[in-house]
Formats: sequence, structure tokens, C-alpha cells
Amino acid sequence: MTTPLLKVENLRIELTTRDGVAPVIDDLSFELGQNENISFVGESGCGKSMTALAIMGLLPEKIGRIASGSILFDGEDLTKASPARLRAIRGNEISMIFQEPMTSLNPVYTVGEQIAEVIREHQGLGRKAAWDMAADLLDAVRIPNARGRVSDYPFQMSGGQRQRVMIAMALACQPKILIADEPTTALDVTVQAQIFDLLRDLRKDTGTSIIMITHDMGAVAEMAERMIVMYAGRGAEIGPVEQIIEHARHPYTKGLTSCVPHIVSQLTEDRARLTEVPGIVPGLKDFGKNMCLFASRCNHRTEECLSARPPMKPFENGQIAACWHAEDV
Amino acid sequence: MSQQPPPIEEQIEQARSPLSEAWEMFRRNHAAVAALVVLGLIVIGAIIGPFLYPTDPFEMVWAPFSPPGAEGFLLGTDYLGRDLMAMIINGARVSLIIGLAAAVVSIFIGVTIGALAGFYRGILEEILMRITEFFQVLPTLLFSMVIVALFGASLPMITLAIGIVSWTAVARITRAEFLRIRELEYVMASRASGVQNMKLMFRVILPNALPPIIVQSALMVGSAILFEAGLSFLGLTDPNVVSWGQIIGSNRQYILDASYTVTIPGLAIFVTVLAISLVGDGLNDALNPKLRSR
Repeated sequence: MTTPLLKVENLRIELTTRDGVAPVIDDLSFELGQNENISFVGESGCGKSMTALAIMGLLPEKIGRIASGSILFDGEDLTKASPARLRAIRGNEISMIFQEPMTSLNPVYTVGEQIAEVIREHQGLGRKAAWDMAADLLDAVRIPNARGRVSDYPFQMSGGQRQRVMIAMALACQPKILIADEPTTALDVTVQAQIFDLLRDLRKDTGTSIIMITHDMGAVAEMAERMIVMYAGRGAEIGPVEQIIEHARHPYTKGLTSCVPHIVSQLTEDRARLTEVPGIVPGLKDFGKNMCLFASRCNHRTEECLSARPPMKPFENGQIAACWHAEDV
Repeated sequence: MSQQPPPIEEQIEQARSPLSEAWEMFRRNHAAVAALVVLGLIVIGAIIGPFLYPTDPFEMVWAPFSPPGAEGFLLGTDYLGRDLMAMIINGARVSLIIGLAAAVVSIFIGVTIGALAGFYRGILEEILMRITEFFQVLPTLLFSMVIVALFGASLPMITLAIGIVSWTAVARITRAEFLRIRELEYVMASRASGVQNMKLMFRVILPNALPPIIVQSALMVGSAILFEAGLSFLGLTDPNVVSWGQIIGSNRQYILDASYTVTIPGLAIFVTVLAISLVGDGLNDALNPKLRSR
């Protein structure tokens, strides 16, 4: 890999809660290359969205802060960038789409106005030119009759169409990185597939790198080159998608991949029960502890797991796993 | 791409714009519609009335205390023999203008303070809300009397005085709406597309916070008219213009001899403020999403 577009090093994000300060992201490092798609997977509350917000500089004010580490975007450390600089980057070079398309568009403006607004903000285009571009973008995200729909209000569109509008808005300034925070969770399955298709094609056309946050292992397998499995604010396993799905080196990853049902596997009465990962993610107050946080749910647990945090063990095929027993898994 | 199924088109056909939906809701409130008609008549009367009925409201036209209907004076004459009809018509202008202008002043102050407090939170919110509370606990009529007494009883000053004492409700409503809306996803999405704070406040959040502010403003016009009437009843008014409160104030000594000189302007105030309140109520129905039927 050449110089990475985005390089996150030893990132630590602390949230101030009633019980004190908790590290929601603890010592996370990863790289994103040009035109690469990496996926963050993991249960809710493992810090996937926090990582995305930290890259955008949008951590909840006064509650969340970057305690240490760096986020290098094109060689520039975003953790030290001024608010004005971050604003210039947001939407222009790094943009984001959100989980809930029904509520992520402003209900009082037409979709065209909202897309044109982003273009005018960052590219300094005139009203007319920005409006034309908005219509072109709607066409690019495959909204039928884009010229006509551009002056529609969000309430006149379906969920899938709204998510397409969000994507159009995010891609309006041809960003280098697109962060998609569970872009399809709120959509039904056929629409999900369409959105993934769209994202993949757009990536091919524009060369945008995509960071995708998802619960959907199928989507990961189809879309991403590399994946990062997050657990309780820490990277559990990082590596190429095929390798990880083929042979997970972390018991948590193993648990996640075996939770996914196979539609064609066995359509008989006695189909195999799906396995689950027993237990729940530990509470925030346990996040900083010097131990393997997955230990309580793990059947490979030994004394070692409870007494020290496992290091990131690299394997020769590019996989990195944070487990004391990674070789045996 | 595959063919778009027809139901979508039908749905779009059925989906009404927010404005027409609001009008639909407003129309269901019959009292509000009636009040809107009455209010419209009052406004039209205030605008073109003085041209249709050109009698000077300050001119002594007949013997004092002529009862309504006598000698061709529809509403009679007051204690100085001035035509009450002309006074009511001319007074409508002043009352309505003061009501509107004072509402504008208080909305301007209230929205600014509420928006800053709700958007920036923290220490700024603390300071601004303490200031708001300070103004809330002041006896409003007394405070505005002090302002008018100190700075003179001109129309702009009376307007300002009413505006200054009545912005607190708007500020609190605006702040509450901002607190709610700033956490919504589209605000986050706007932030994520690099929108500046000023734009976030006034172009993204404020338009969504408007419905309750509009309702409050409508009611504010009514209470500003009442306020002006109260001030001018107490004599704190520009003596060179007629207003409804002033008519009542100047005739109050003769309330037992010629009660109509007080009753008629009182009725005018009553009908106007009631109409405004009912319209405000209708707006509340129309703009409150919780009351929508679907």
C-alpha cells in the first residue's frame, strides 16, 4: 500500500459520564488507502460511530473529547485542526451519511435546495449552477425523473430515495472519504441491496474511499476489502475480509460470523440452530480495564485474559487480532 | 433501472405540501375561520376607513354626549363633542400598528436570545436564561410604565416598552425548540456537511422551530393591544394620536353619564383581541403536528 489517505494512530476518545471518564475508543489504529473500502463491524455501543464522529470532528460537545492519538488525513492531523478548517473539510473532503434517512433531511427545504446548499458552501458555485448540479447528482444516484424530483420536499420521498438523496449530498463535492454510518439499517432488504449497488458503482466511478459502519456481515463480505471488528471500544480484529471470514483469529469475530444465517444452507425442518454470542457488551465503566473485555463472554478464557489486555498480534496474511489465544482460535 | 411502480406516483399525488395541510387543519376550526374574517374586516377598516369616513377625530363636531345614532353620528360623541365613530376608526390603526410592532420587537429579542441560549448551551445559556427570568419576574405593566414615563410617551417608545416587557415567553419557547431540534439527525447531517453555526441556527434550526413561535406571536399581538390600551388608559400615550385605550381613558370620568363612550372602544378592543386569540388558537391547531389526524 502507498501512503494511506487516512491514518488513525493510537486514538483514544473519552466520554464524560456520570460515573466519571470512560474511554469509548481505546488505542485504536487503522489505515485507509486510496479508493479502499473498509468496514467497521461490531455490536451496538462498541464505538464504531464514535470513531466516525471523531474523524469528522463532531464528537458530542463537552461530553466527548479526543484524549490522545492522531487522525492523519492527507498528512494533516485532524485532532489539531481549527474548527474553521474542520468545517472546510467536512462535506467537502470527508462526508458522512447517516443511519436514519427519514430524519436526516431537513423537512422544510426541498432536496435540491439542500444539495445545492452544500455545493455552494464548498465550491462557491452560483445558485443556478448548484441547482443544475443537484439535479445531475440526483440522476447519478438513480432517482427516476431527477429533474422533476429535485424540487420535491423530503416528505414526498420514500426511505430509499431519501437515503439516495443523502448519498447525493455526501458526494456533491467529490469527497476523498465517504463515511457511511449504517446506511441501510433503516431500509428494507431489497432497497438495502440497491443502496449497496449504488455505493459500489459510485466508488468505482469517483474513486472515493468508503468507511462503512454496519452490522451486516453480508454487506461487509460484498463491499469491503478490509474489515475492523470493534469490541468495547477496542479493535478486536483487523484484516482482509476474506481471510477474516475464512478464519477468524478472535473468538468475537468468530461469534459474529457464525450468527449470520445462510438462506440456502438447509431448507429442511431440522436446520441447524444459529449460534449466538452469549452475554452483552460490558458497561462503559469497565471500558478502561487492563484485561480482555471479551473474556466474560469467551469460551477460550484463561487467567491471562483477566489479568492483562491482549496485544494486537499480527499474522503473516495481514490479519491482526487482539486475543491471547489468537493462534488457537 | 427497473420501472418505477405506479403506487409511488399516486403517493406523491396524495402527499400535500405542509402549507396546504396546515390550511386544511385551520379550516376545521370554525371559530378560528370566523375570527379570521372578523380580523380581516377590522384590518381593512383600519386601512381604508379614514378615507371612507373622513371626519377628523379631534374635531368637535357636535354637542358632547350625544348618544349613538343621534344627529347622524352612528356612535355618538364623547365628552368634547368629538365623533366617536371617527375616533374608533382612527384608533384601530394605532392599536393594530402598536400591537404588530410590539410583537415584532418582542419576537426579535426573544428569538435571538432563545436561539443563542438553546444553540450554544453552557455558560451563555445560563446567563441569557437568568436575564430572561429577571425580566419574567418584573411586573410588566409597572416596568413599561417606568420606561414610558422616563423616555416620553411617543408611539415608538410605547411600542418598544411593550416589546421589552413581553419577549420572555418567546425566548423560552425558542430555546426549548432549539434544545429539541439541535439533537435531531438532520442538524447533525448539516454539521457533517460543513455548515457554519450562524447558518445552522437561522437557516437549519429556526425554520423548523417556527410553528410554536408563530402561534405565540399571534397571541402576542393581542396582548400587546391590551397592553397599549392599559397604558393609554393610564394616560401614558401620545396625546396627538387616537387609540382605543386612550378613548376609554379620557372618557372614564363620565362612565356613569355616558357609558357608551367607554363601552364602544372597550368592545372594539375586546372583539379585536378575541379575534386574534381565536386565530392564534387556529394556528396552533394547524401547526401542531400532534393534533394532525394521521
